[in-house]
Amino acid sequence: MSALARRFTGMRAVLRREFRGYFASPLGYIFIVIFLIASGYLMVSRDFGRFLELREANLDALFSYLPWIFVVLVPAVAMRLWAEERRSGTVELLLTLPITLEGSYLGKFLAGWAFLAVSVFLTWPAVFQVARLGDPDWGAIFASYVATLLAAAVLLAIGLLFSALSKNQVVAFILAVAASVGFLLIGVPQTQEFVGKWFGGYVERLVSSLSLLDHFEALTRGLLQLNSLLFFVLFTVGWLVCGMLVLGQTKTN
Amino acid sequence: MTETDHPDSVPPAAAAEAETAPPDADAPGEVLISVADLTKHYGPIRAVDGISFEVRRGDVLGFLGPNGAGKTTAMKMITGFLEPDRGSITVAGIDVAADRLAVSRRIGYLPEDAPAYGEMTVEAFLGFIAEARELEAAEEAIERVLETAHLRSVRGQTIETLSKGYKRRVGLAQALIHDPDVLILDEPTDGLDPNQKAVVQDLISSLSSDRCIVLSTHILDEAERVCNRAVILSEGRILVDSTPEHLVSQAPGHNAVRFRVTEGDAEEVAARLAEAEWCASARVLPGGEVEVEPRDGENRLNDVLAVVGEHRVADVMVREGRLDELFRDVTRGVAA
Repeated sequence: MSALARRFTGMRAVLRREFRGYFASPLGYIFIVIFLIASGYLMVSRDFGRFLELREANLDALFSYLPWIFVVLVPAVAMRLWAEERRSGTVELLLTLPITLEGSYLGKFLAGWAFLAVSVFLTWPAVFQVARLGDPDWGAIFASYVATLLAAAVLLAIGLLFSALSKNQVVAFILAVAASVGFLLIGVPQTQEFVGKWFGGYVERLVSSLSLLDHFEALTRGLLQLNSLLFFVLFTVGWLVCGMLVLGQTKTN
Repeated sequence: MTETDHPDSVPPAAAAEAETAPPDADAPGEVLISVADLTKHYGPIRAVDGISFEVRRGDVLGFLGPNGAGKTTAMKMITGFLEPDRGSITVAGIDVAADRLAVSRRIGYLPEDAPAYGEMTVEAFLGFIAEARELEAAEEAIERVLETAHLRSVRGQTIETLSKGYKRRVGLAQALIHDPDVLILDEPTDGLDPNQKAVVQDLISSLSSDRCIVLSTHILDEAERVCNRAVILSEGRILVDSTPEHLVSQAPGHNAVRFRVTEGDAEEVAARLAEAEWCASARVLPGGEVEVEPRDGENRLNDVLAVVGEHRVADVMVREGRLDELFRDVTRGVAA
């Protein structure tokens, strides 16, 4: 077994258990229903997506609001993953099995991500409708789904970190929402203007390059550019590594 | 007997030899757990303070001690969940610090309060453990432990709906699923009612023949029932490492003789007994019974009756030493 595979020993068993866990309780179904209602509402609402008014064969109306829905719903998916293990003491059982901390952490992350992917792909009726009504840009739709999954990954990694930090699911949820909102607000024009005014153009460009929303929009336009892809991958990995370090400290309290 | 002079780690060759050596019923079993100078601090508190011991195949070692004595911390370090500040642990010849994964495959561990995923059924939970342990014949292993732990009737129930006794047995079942050489059980009977306790104790006794078991408890009768070695810990140190039988014989009041004087003066009998050179103390208890404690812990019933002589006595009994009295004496000595 290679050293890398060894480091993630037990990942598969944890992934499968956690993924099934979403469907073993009402939480998973409630999440999916709320997600679909919220995304559908924002897509067709006259105040937000205006999908019906715009009469365009694209799904910008759907995708552009997904990060904001994720800010609330992804922490709900993540909050249980470590907080519950630590509260009930099962973390001790888990980490004395032939499972590494890294393996279990990544397994939980992938399980949450797979669950979010299932939720996101349940938006297929929207794709079906645009395809029926017009001639959409399939490249852009594909890229938008990729961007959505990447945004979900980053926010999930943030949520997982706070779940590892607090034994209390509610606290983990609230902290994760706050951190995610902060992460998104870096990208809104008002923040960038403010930063530009006080710290100058260089800092403004730096902050703007850290904007999840900007990279997300760039990807949804159908450009799978490397710097945006790297942004998501690096931040996801960064938050995951932080979370593993945190868990190494908190697992025994 | 506390061993402190063994090497920090067993050389691989010696470990391999021990594994392939033919089993011999009389010889002491191979060393499965070896702990040397184990120390762990929580901030300024020294939870475990330089303990050393060995456990061999066939041993059932009971960790006794008041709450906070370091029993749980020591067990968490043996399983690799906690890292020691100092000292070394080898399990089945493998250094825990160097290869926790390999050690975890040799150990079955029941953490305190038997944590389990409450929303899973017993069967699904054991399935997860079997998968995590990469067992080849998972189905057979699950059936086997369901049988061993008497869980067949609740196999399809979610764990959160089970009583404490069943939950504890689920914890034992998961610890046994890979038929490990080493079992670490943290307070396996704590919080159970007397019937549930007896079931779990019988289960543990039935497991002890061909492996080594370390269990912690603060119930001293339990140590007497299931253990063949008892280690008393207090404030992170080993105070006593002995057999439960030996501890009982050391306990205050072991072989004390108690009787009721039916004709004659109890005070006078007690005074006469107190003069005998083998007698440590003789007194009249508030209930009117006379209690005589021998100086050497030997059974002195005949000597007692000889002194009693012409008086008529009834309800004669020879008391066994009580571990909890010894325990209180020993652990109080440290606290003072």
